[in-house]
Amino acid sequence: MALKMVKGSIDRMFDKNLQDLVRGIRNHKEDEAKYISQCIDEIKQELKQDNIAVKANAVCKLTYLQMLGYDISWAAFNIIEVMSASKFTFKRIGYLAASQCFHEGTDVIMLTTNQIRKDLSSPNQYDTGVALTGLSCFVTPDLARDLANDIMTLMSHTKPYIRKKAVLIMYKVFLKYPESLRPAFPRLKEKLEDPDPGVQSAAVNVICELARRNPKNYLSLAPLFFKLMTSSTNNWVLIKIIKLFGALTPLEPRLGKKLIEPLTNLIHSTSAMSLLYECVNTVIAVLISLSSGMPNHSASIQLCVQKLRILIEDSDQNLKYLGLLAMSKILKTHPKSVQSHKDLILQCLDDKDESIRLRALDLLYGMVSKKNLMEIVKKLMIHVDKAEGTTYRDELLTKIIDICSQSNYQYITNFEWYISILVELTRLEGTRHGHLIAAQMLDVAIRVKAIRKFAVSQMAMLLDNAHLIASNTQRNGICEVLYAAAWICGEFSEHLEEANQTLEAMLRPKVTTLPGHIQAVYVQNMVKLYASILQQKEQAGEKEAAQEITQLMIERLPQFVQSADLEVQERASCILQLIKYIQKLQIKEVPVAEEVIALFAGELNPVAPKAQKKVPVPEGLDLDAWINEPPSDSESEEEKPKTIFHDEEQRHSRHRQPEIDEEELARRREARKQEQANNPFYIKSSPSPQKRYQDTPGVEHIPVVQIDLSVPLKVPGMPMSDQYVKLEEERRHKQKLEKDKKKKKQKKEKRGKHHRHNSLHTESEEDIAPAHHVDIITEEMPENALPSDEDDKDPNDPYKALDIDLDKPLADSEKLPVQRHRNVETPKSPDAEAPLEEKKSKKPKKKEKKHKEKERDKGKKKEKEKKMVEEEEEKKKSSKHKKKKHKKEKEEKSKDKKKSKKKSRQSEEEPAGSVQNGTLDDEPLPPMSSYRLLAENPYIKMTYDIQGNLQHDSQVTVSVIFENKSTSFLKSMELNVLDSLNTKMLRPEGSSVHDGIPVPFQLPPGISNEAQFVFTLQSIVMAQKLKGTLSFIVKNDEGSTHEKVDFKLHFSCASYLITTPCYSDAFAKLLESGDLHMSSIKVDGISISFQHLLAKICFHHHFSVVERVDSCASMYSRSIQGHHVCLLVKKGENSVSIDGKCSDSTLLSNLLDEMKETLSKC
Amino acid sequence: MIHFILLFSRQGKLRLQKWYTTLPDKEKKKIVREIVQIILSRNQKTSSFVDWKDLKLVYKRYASLYFCCAIEDQDNELLTLEVVHRYVELLDRYFGNVCELDIIFNFEKAYFILDEFIIGGEVQETSKRSAVKAIEDSDMLQETVEEYMNKPAF
Repeated sequence: MALKMVKGSIDRMFDKNLQDLVRGIRNHKEDEAKYISQCIDEIKQELKQDNIAVKANAVCKLTYLQMLGYDISWAAFNIIEVMSASKFTFKRIGYLAASQCFHEGTDVIMLTTNQIRKDLSSPNQYDTGVALTGLSCFVTPDLARDLANDIMTLMSHTKPYIRKKAVLIMYKVFLKYPESLRPAFPRLKEKLEDPDPGVQSAAVNVICELARRNPKNYLSLAPLFFKLMTSSTNNWVLIKIIKLFGALTPLEPRLGKKLIEPLTNLIHSTSAMSLLYECVNTVIAVLISLSSGMPNHSASIQLCVQKLRILIEDSDQNLKYLGLLAMSKILKTHPKSVQSHKDLILQCLDDKDESIRLRALDLLYGMVSKKNLMEIVKKLMIHVDKAEGTTYRDELLTKIIDICSQSNYQYITNFEWYISILVELTRLEGTRHGHLIAAQMLDVAIRVKAIRKFAVSQMAMLLDNAHLIASNTQRNGICEVLYAAAWICGEFSEHLEEANQTLEAMLRPKVTTLPGHIQAVYVQNMVKLYASILQQKEQAGEKEAAQEITQLMIERLPQFVQSADLEVQERASCILQLIKYIQKLQIKEVPVAEEVIALFAGELNPVAPKAQKKVPVPEGLDLDAWINEPPSDSESEEEKPKTIFHDEEQRHSRHRQPEIDEEELARRREARKQEQANNPFYIKSSPSPQKRYQDTPGVEHIPVVQIDLSVPLKVPGMPMSDQYVKLEEERRHKQKLEKDKKKKKQKKEKRGKHHRHNSLHTESEEDIAPAHHVDIITEEMPENALPSDEDDKDPNDPYKALDIDLDKPLADSEKLPVQRHRNVETPKSPDAEAPLEEKKSKKPKKKEKKHKEKERDKGKKKEKEKKMVEEEEEKKKSSKHKKKKHKKEKEEKSKDKKKSKKKSRQSEEEPAGSVQNGTLDDEPLPPMSSYRLLAENPYIKMTYDIQGNLQHDSQVTVSVIFENKSTSFLKSMELNVLDSLNTKMLRPEGSSVHDGIPVPFQLPPGISNEAQFVFTLQSIVMAQKLKGTLSFIVKNDEGSTHEKVDFKLHFSCASYLITTPCYSDAFAKLLESGDLHMSSIKVDGISISFQHLLAKICFHHHFSVVERVDSCASMYSRSIQGHHVCLLVKKGENSVSIDGKCSDSTLLSNLLDEMKETLSKC
Repeated sequence: MIHFILLFSRQGKLRLQKWYTTLPDKEKKKIVREIVQIILSRNQKTSSFVDWKDLKLVYKRYASLYFCCAIEDQDNELLTLEVVHRYVELLDRYFGNVCELDIIFNFEKAYFILDEFIIGGEVQETSKRSAVKAIEDSDMLQETVEEYMNKPAF
């Protein structure tokens, strides 16, 4: 021993402290990774030493390494060790490490509950503080539930230092465990008036956060906060309170009216920008909630806008940014007051800072009017040309489109201008938003009838210049516009002046390089164009020209038939056949145009996006009723082998269908080629496309050499939108002149009484008439459309759980859980503790009792602490000896513990939880309960469940639920069991084997409660049965009688198993090791699905799925004494075979027998 | 609520990170990398605010060190800048003219100071004096690890 200590101190001399580590890392810049891995090895050695100082030093270094990005999750347990050090120095480091690296997935976090509780109640305020700080970082729902009560108590601590921390932590607790909000709220509210300003501000912080999420529950606090606001001088607190009011006012407009005055006063008086900004924001929120019907508040809006203008004009970029941000909020309700600052905002578009430019862009959206739209867009177009970097340019592009298309193109007076803007935008290089432009083109062309002629001519131009757009691979985003262009030209081909030319443009071989979906649209719209040309020619009596155009189609379409894109290929070959047929008719001189055009007759109208949803349900139609009764469960696939066979055949044939098609297609294609070869009119396709060009005459087929220019070329013949601006100005000027003339006449009549007023009006935008009559076709809606369509709220809002009515009085059931053991470690605890709990939950509000209880609680706590410390020491000792071997095991154990604990809590609601790493279908599982009936008589019903105990390899915990079925009061319940040699009930020290254990509660009528009893076992390979008796006193009006009920407690082998996850590689190793015994069973007549079957085995026999492939699964479990049990479950047609391997053959055969029994019940 | 605070150098080396929302390490690393990159690539002349996912980043550079906070949509950016500044003041008071090296070599102290100032993403102590006092008092409780290690263990 002495030697070891000496060795330890020598070792320590070579230890590095944190500073050495940091220095070392800085000195090993070249081989940092190597140096650090060496350090981690050293740290691992240090962690093995007993000296807590060494450990703490190691953990401190690890925390530093964690920041550098190294994984230290393996040291989680050591961190807990350091956290539980008695010295503050080390504890602090432990908690720091924990707060840096623990998260909800950290297994060992469960082990910290008691340690944290102990630290929270430490007499040293810094211990408590450090625990609270740590907790704020890694609190989990479990920790929140277990510690909520302790933290709530700390909110009334004598020291403000603790109080303020506890108050702030409570918010985290609420988030993780929303049930705690109602019980804790009264105390939180109390803290608003705490004498210490720090605590007060903490409480304001927490309530502000809560109220922002669910304001309506906090309206009642408004007067209190109003008082605080007018009295407080602390800007930090003021800001929070003002923010809180911002959240409350939308719900209570009267509050808003009251707020305006103090807020404007603050705006005038404060020098703190943060406070000013908050006030302005809240005033805006208030004014929004008050709606615009309050003219006397225009002064406050003016004040806000003025202040914001000062911010925007400030040289500080931050203020500029925030000013613009706040401005955009005002814009929504008071656009007029913002519009007067247009100059400033346009100026911001030239700012160096991109984020400021983007904010300014946001504002522009709301600032446009009919009058200034063209001017603003023109400015933006200049920016588009200047912009560096595609992201900002794309942003500009979307903004231009947003601005123009907003509220149904409200501000566009000249759609020709808009179309030409869109066409100009297609010159943008490398934009991602080609589809946006395309969508706009389509939308405008479809909805604005008057513009179609112009749009078609523009689109024809685009198609003609398609090579410019599609040539550059960088510009592939923009080629989407060709989709729109082709469609518009096809659909509205009657407006096309030189349809022939457009058709030829669409038939160019270059088109085949476009993306498939665009080609498909091309092909489809060619026919539309063709149809209209045909009609034109036939009407003009130019038969030859008509035949020529048909010939052109037949010549060029094959290039699309060869397309790799299925859609293109299908459409092209279909159309090719159609046109060949037309050609035959044309040769016979049959007029065909009418019929061809009929293919595309009818007009396409835009349909409103929500139209489908709004189709009313006809009377008498029940959408939820089954059309055909669903097949009953007994008809499932598994049961009838014939169905499977049949089904499979069906599937097979279905699979074959496309194959046949493919063959058929090939055959047909062959036939077609044959036919083409024999057809004298068909120009045979040559292997080289180049040659084909030579075959066909015409200038347009000379391959165009593309010049790749990085500078965007100006598309020839395209209109410049600028010219429209000028035109528009002239037009407006004219309009104005005309109007002025009229006005003058009016004025003469009116004697100039309202002169000023009128002239103002002429300026206003309403008077600018659109250039030509624009009839925006409104989108179609079904008849009797339902008017309401509320947007569904997001169900995944994490704060929704905190939407709790706080004014309702507290119910008993809402009491915060008080500390209690989940696993009964000694039989003492249930009888010492549970009665206390009972009292507590019944009479929660009697102060004296509470106090006493606290005292007793403290006593208990100490006892438990002792236990925990002892336990930990034990662990440490054992770990010292077998650390290397068992380190992994230990980690695993803790994992188990967590899982099994969780399971025992959830066992009734969530049976499927135990299937951890198998692939789970979403199929719902039938409800399962692990509780089995123990005994029942007219008074009482007992059900029980047995769980293996992780800490002790020879203990199991039996949880018994007692349910009072009678109308009488049951009390003095005592449970006794006749011990066997192997299995014994754990009794309090000093009591004999014949003594029963009192059940730690009484049962009022109709109530049930659960008690736990611990049993020790020698061997676990066999199932056990123990006889026992429960005696109790039945008390009712007539008096009390003594009753008893006998039972048999069945310890199945499965109850000794603990659900343990196992990875497939570890599983394979286990099987390979060869020291497992094997046995197998087969059960016939299984009808349930495989998934349910697995879930059943997992649930009732405590297995977990390792791997699942089709109807075969491997499963694993471990007994409390460390036996490995591996299963291979295979499902046949209506049978199940289970092969098991286990380190103990008796255990295995017993387990399999039990499983057989379970399965035969299915 | 502040979601996290990061301190990193101009070279992008993380000097301190404090998370007030629990996330797995992997996620944190990803976020840190992303944010450091975003902020370092920003021009000196730009504003201190960046919209990032559904949070706002507020950052400020002091000498060679960037201080960055992630706050929620409704939080006050200017107040957050003041929080950052206050933290720098606290560091300054504790270390006496703080520099990056102080934080590197005493990173645990920097954490302790931060913990006394902010808890769970909320400011807990608005008074400089009480914050510094709390840190000094708890330091009194702590003999430095070195001292302890220099004592004989038996």
